[in-house]
Amino acid sequence: MTASAVLYWGLGAAQAMLLLSMLLAAWRMMHGPRAQDRVLGLDTLYLNAMLMILVQGMRSGVGVYFEAALIIGMLGFTATVALAKFLMRGEVIE
Amino acid sequence: MTPSDLPLWAAWTIVAVTLVGSVLALTGSIGLVMLKRFYERVHAPTLGATMGMALIVIASVMFWSMSEGRLALRDLLIGVFLTVTTPVTLILLARAAVYRDRAEGDDHIPPE
Repeated sequence: MTASAVLYWGLGAAQAMLLLSMLLAAWRMMHGPRAQDRVLGLDTLYLNAMLMILVQGMRSGVGVYFEAALIIGMLGFTATVALAKFLMRGEVIE
Repeated sequence: MTPSDLPLWAAWTIVAVTLVGSVLALTGSIGLVMLKRFYERVHAPTLGATMGMALIVIASVMFWSMSEGRLALRDLLIGVFLTVTTPVTLILLARAAVYRDRAEGDDHIPPE
């Protein structure tokens, strides 16, 4: 096997596992049972999506995916903090 | 140097580290679905957020350093950022959950 074939199939398998874990997180996000479970599911979902984009960057050899992963990481943090604040107080900005 | 010019041992190492990282992330998500209570579930995704993320970031640093022919450490930014933010988000979320459960008089909440 050549190096590019190893990267293509190996990283593809890693992406399949990350996709499965995104699906599980999405299941938790949709089924609840309570609001904090949904927020936790969303948190896991964006984290796995970020890892997926990092792996896609390695798989395709395009450097721009790094910026996308970084932005998803930062926005996901802000979103989860805002949602936790909303669950606590009922409003985001007091 | 393009990705296809990587030596074979480097490709296998990168793939192995990435696979271990994604297995850890998958384990965390399975725990998120299988565990019974919120206070148990809140621990599960940290597996992917710490070790899984770290391994995939390390694999990414290895890949870009090999294929660009110089030390490419920019991916460590994601690692540093997530290491700082993950505990903060989960503590805030757990506090919000405790607050909500106390407000509803649920007697399964952790003690003070």
